[in-house]
Amino acid sequence: MSSTSYRLGAALRKTLWQAVPTVVGIVILNFLLLQMLPGDAVDVIAAESGSATQETMAQLRAHFGLDVSMPQQLWNYLSNLLHFDLGNSPRHNMPVTTLIGTRIGNTLLLMITALGLAFVLGVLLGLIMAVRVGRWPDRILSVLSLLLYSTPSFWLGLMAIVLFSVKLGWFPTGGNITIGAGLSGWAYLLDVVRHLTLPALAMAGFYVAIFSRLTRSAMLEVSRQDYVRTAWAKGVGPVAVNLRHILRNALIPVTTVAGLHFGTLLGGAVVIEVVFSWPGLGRLALESVLSRDYSVLMGILFLSSLLVVFVNMLTDVLHAWLDPRIQPR
Amino acid sequence: MQRVRGIFPGRRKFGLAVMAISLGMSGLLAGGAARAASAGASQPVHGGTLNWIVTPEPASFIPLTTTAGTNAELGPKVVEGLLTYDNDLNPLPLLATEWKISEDGLRYTFTLRKGVKWHDGKDFTSADVAFSILTLKQVHPRGRAIFSNVTEVQTPDAHTAIVVLSKPAPYLLTALAGAESPIVPKHLYEGTDIVANKYNSSPVGTGPFVFKEWVKGSHIVLERNPNYWNQPRPYLDKIIVRFIPDAVARSAALESGSADLAGQAIPLSDVKRFSDMPHLRVDTINWPYISVHQQLFFNLDTPALQDKKVRQAIAQAIDVNALNKVVWYGYGTPSAAAIGKASTKYHNADIPFFKTDIKQAVQLLDEAGLKPNADGTRLTLRLLYNPFQERRAADFVRQSLSRIGIDAVIENYDFATYVKKAYTDRAFDITLEALANIFDPTVGVQRVFWSKNFKVGLPFSNAAHYVNPEVDRLLEAAAIEVDENKRRQQFLDFQEIVHEDIPSIEFGANPQITVVAKKVKDYAPTGEGLRGSFADLYIAE
Repeated sequence: MSSTSYRLGAALRKTLWQAVPTVVGIVILNFLLLQMLPGDAVDVIAAESGSATQETMAQLRAHFGLDVSMPQQLWNYLSNLLHFDLGNSPRHNMPVTTLIGTRIGNTLLLMITALGLAFVLGVLLGLIMAVRVGRWPDRILSVLSLLLYSTPSFWLGLMAIVLFSVKLGWFPTGGNITIGAGLSGWAYLLDVVRHLTLPALAMAGFYVAIFSRLTRSAMLEVSRQDYVRTAWAKGVGPVAVNLRHILRNALIPVTTVAGLHFGTLLGGAVVIEVVFSWPGLGRLALESVLSRDYSVLMGILFLSSLLVVFVNMLTDVLHAWLDPRIQPR
Repeated sequence: MQRVRGIFPGRRKFGLAVMAISLGMSGLLAGGAARAASAGASQPVHGGTLNWIVTPEPASFIPLTTTAGTNAELGPKVVEGLLTYDNDLNPLPLLATEWKISEDGLRYTFTLRKGVKWHDGKDFTSADVAFSILTLKQVHPRGRAIFSNVTEVQTPDAHTAIVVLSKPAPYLLTALAGAESPIVPKHLYEGTDIVANKYNSSPVGTGPFVFKEWVKGSHIVLERNPNYWNQPRPYLDKIIVRFIPDAVARSAALESGSADLAGQAIPLSDVKRFSDMPHLRVDTINWPYISVHQQLFFNLDTPALQDKKVRQAIAQAIDVNALNKVVWYGYGTPSAAAIGKASTKYHNADIPFFKTDIKQAVQLLDEAGLKPNADGTRLTLRLLYNPFQERRAADFVRQSLSRIGIDAVIENYDFATYVKKAYTDRAFDITLEALANIFDPTVGVQRVFWSKNFKVGLPFSNAAHYVNPEVDRLLEAAAIEVDENKRRQQFLDFQEIVHEDIPSIEFGANPQITVVAKKVKDYAPTGEGLRGSFADLYIAE
């Protein structure tokens, strides 16, 4: 047992050490890329107001610290970051940390629910397809997963809104809670679940397809291995063979892909959050791009990179646990 | 002395039954009375929540340091102005009950309403008015210009405020709505950094609704002000403002009944479908206080466009009425004049549309020396459009110009990039703009045609780089003209000259689409439309 925890610890240290330069590189790259966008926050604020004067614009630039040189801005940003300060949003006139803090919970809830749903459903469907390979459950599920794979999530979301919210009235059209209802306890939880269902399903759709196809092929691959034949020959029951011997080993590629897709999922959150008016980070990111609110955007990108690095770390550790042969390099 | 005596802004007489309801009789009785009333003339009833979609989510709540459209919609529900306006923009009393203007137009004396309290319980006084006007002069993007002639605001007593000007400002009386010049509490703003003041986003006002909470990226909750000075208003218990960024999601919310009111929320192609829905109504009013307006500007720094014949040819190739039918689904209000039809006082109705005539247009291009090359193209132009306009308008223009051998290449940008390309880089030849007339031509129209407002880097300034000394003279004269008839004539003449010079092709008002549940009544009784206070709004159910 202690060798397992040693391996897990080593995997953790290794990835943690690699994460630091990655994150610093991401921060600097983000900053430089955003500088290349035409226009700044003051341009947008002035343009939205429709009748700014040049004095107000200069005044605003000085107020937000946008009047200093680019290297100076980068230096200011990095030194703030060292003090865990993500800066202030010119647009919302509040600290970026506060702004992100109110949103990140919503995004994580949506993502984890969607990813969990996709993982469970995907593995389940993949298992069924692999066990019944070539027969009608496999055929039907294969077509279904192909459909899910090729359907854009925003379209899936919109159709779900049209069917389940507008026509049937089963689920709300958007938002994360019923505003102003003042619910608590079970009623609150149920309300959240009702709001979460459609966006999580719409977001999960694509990944269900990926995970199920992957599980299917990985399981078929593993089922040809010698130890599986040995297990059958020893007289181990079909449930034990399929779950313990085949699925456990087949999960290695599936979890790898799940970890890799975490970043994509964050990107996909933008679309789903906009469609379902879900008050999360994705929407905030999109609005920040449109209003050139760089400090907010950099805060989100920084945090997202941390999240992705963290999830990759988790995947490595998970692999070390799933397959004792995997050694930290 | 001009003297205007205010009357109560309400529109209805109140029956005894409604009085009883407003005094808080049982819900059953209220329901019965409302049903009875809805059979005949509807009577306002208390209660209910309004679910209102506002797009996009603004950065702050009140339009104090910004004039962004959604601030102007939200602000007046909590923070009021001195006046409100009818549909011809004649002033009506709000926080000011009476106003007098001296004959030389240099002294505005406002008598303020007595017994008004801020939401935190403090008394509203003339000191607040003086502080607000002087603050607006400093921090409000438009207020800097509107109040630029204000030298001081005298407060002889708690309910009198006298605004003293160095030069007349005939637009001043129209600029005092809550959406334009909010009156803020001095005791919460004095001595603070106005731009960073937290009350910009969690306001304290005198208005019908009290600010409750703002969950960024989700919603705002406003509650009924039980101590509102204009009892029995407001009728609503609560307003929930929801931010829904996606157009289809907005449509779904309106269709399913989870939202009751939204301006500019649905695509024009959906208007017909929504008009047919039994529980919804679609209004297409262009409220005069905003007076939206669209136009196409020529970049007069582009050599080919300096020739008036080329501009005229382009004008003759674009059929504005067809644009209204095709692009705006017939819901727009075309206007050939630079001041649109919503401005009943200053619109010049005698100005005709350019006659659509392809043959003559081609002949004009020939005369201008623009000969077609091998593939028939005479001229290539960069066509930009403000993304707040329909992209289809740009397509329409491109299509129209292709008929006379002009290849207009559409460049597609997001809002921030567009503003930079058009006003800082000036990287365009023609651009489709959406510059509202606003409540007065000096405020909304002068900025576009005044040669002194050609300022590189300043959004929505004189994009054409139009220079005409006579136009400058008329605009500058109208800006300080006290005699209303003379001022009107100056604006009529101005529109003639601009039409003659063609620095722009005027399209008029694009459709203003407000979708509202049929049960929602009196949501916009004043000329400010959705930028009013909602004090009169009630839900008939």
